[in-house]
Amino acid sequence: MKTFYGTALPNPLMLGTAQYPSPAILEQAFRQSGAGVATVSLRREAGAGQTFWQMIRDLNVLVLPNTAGCHTVKEAVTTAHMAREVFDTKWIKLELIGHTDSLQPDVFQLVEAARILTEDGFEVFPYTTDDLIVGERLLSAGCQVLMPWGAPIGSGRGLNNEYALRAMRSEFPDVPLVIDAGIGLPSHAAHAMELGFDAVLLNTAVARAGDPAVMAKAMMQAIAAGQLAHQADPIEARDMAEPSTPVIGKAFLS
Amino acid sequence: MKIVLNGELHRVRAKTLADLLQERGFSGRVATAVNEEFVPSSLRTSHKLSDGDRVEVVAPMQGG
Repeated sequence: MKTFYGTALPNPLMLGTAQYPSPAILEQAFRQSGAGVATVSLRREAGAGQTFWQMIRDLNVLVLPNTAGCHTVKEAVTTAHMAREVFDTKWIKLELIGHTDSLQPDVFQLVEAARILTEDGFEVFPYTTDDLIVGERLLSAGCQVLMPWGAPIGSGRGLNNEYALRAMRSEFPDVPLVIDAGIGLPSHAAHAMELGFDAVLLNTAVARAGDPAVMAKAMMQAIAAGQLAHQADPIEARDMAEPSTPVIGKAFLS
Repeated sequence: MKIVLNGELHRVRAKTLADLLQERGFSGRVATAVNEEFVPSSLRTSHKLSDGDRVEVVAPMQGG
């Protein structure tokens, strides 16, 4: 099993902590799903930060801080340093947003920031596109994990470009790959795992569901099913039917 | 002196970053930057503030 900078995840679900109706429901979503990693962020302290931090600690999960909302290398690098101090982890989910509407990563700045942070001792989880060359550049910059988008953040569209994601899986067989963003339904998450991805990172699909805790559980079950299916070596799709019931020995009745 | 703290202008007595945090009632897990540069917690006591400095104090928050 692949590790994430030497750490084996308890399961392949990384769950965001934003947008839940209440802290209690957030906690239920984690308990119901058993997600092993929580993504978190940093914002200006206005009084709520310490309570939130205590709750995350009580969940007893691995913490993956992000650089959400950063648009420049400098901003992202500074945010990463602040996150390392506050959360006491070398892990950083590196987000460098390049486009306001699609929240598409600015992959040029992403590679540059990844190199700087790796040299500073960070373990970088880059939120990237499904571009193979960008993936190669990120690995050359020192990343040991890649997190391609399934679809734009919060869009719930699932895997927009299965072909590209398949190619990425095939190109980087030994690199832990995480589908980050775009998941809307458990079937999307299962699909990602069936393709052989190593984990799924999602937030909105659970937090904005009518019942986040139940949806979190559904996501985990789908992820587990998809992972098992991948291990079980699924059949190839074909264009024509092929009878599953034996033809030989059929009674002659017409 | 005048300090822009988390985007708001404040008149403060503090001379250092550590004093500023105390004066404004910050405690617990926070990280700091002055004029867009990260200042590690170990350097807050020695980091002297200047009039007009822009100070950011951030804390854990929900994220995706």
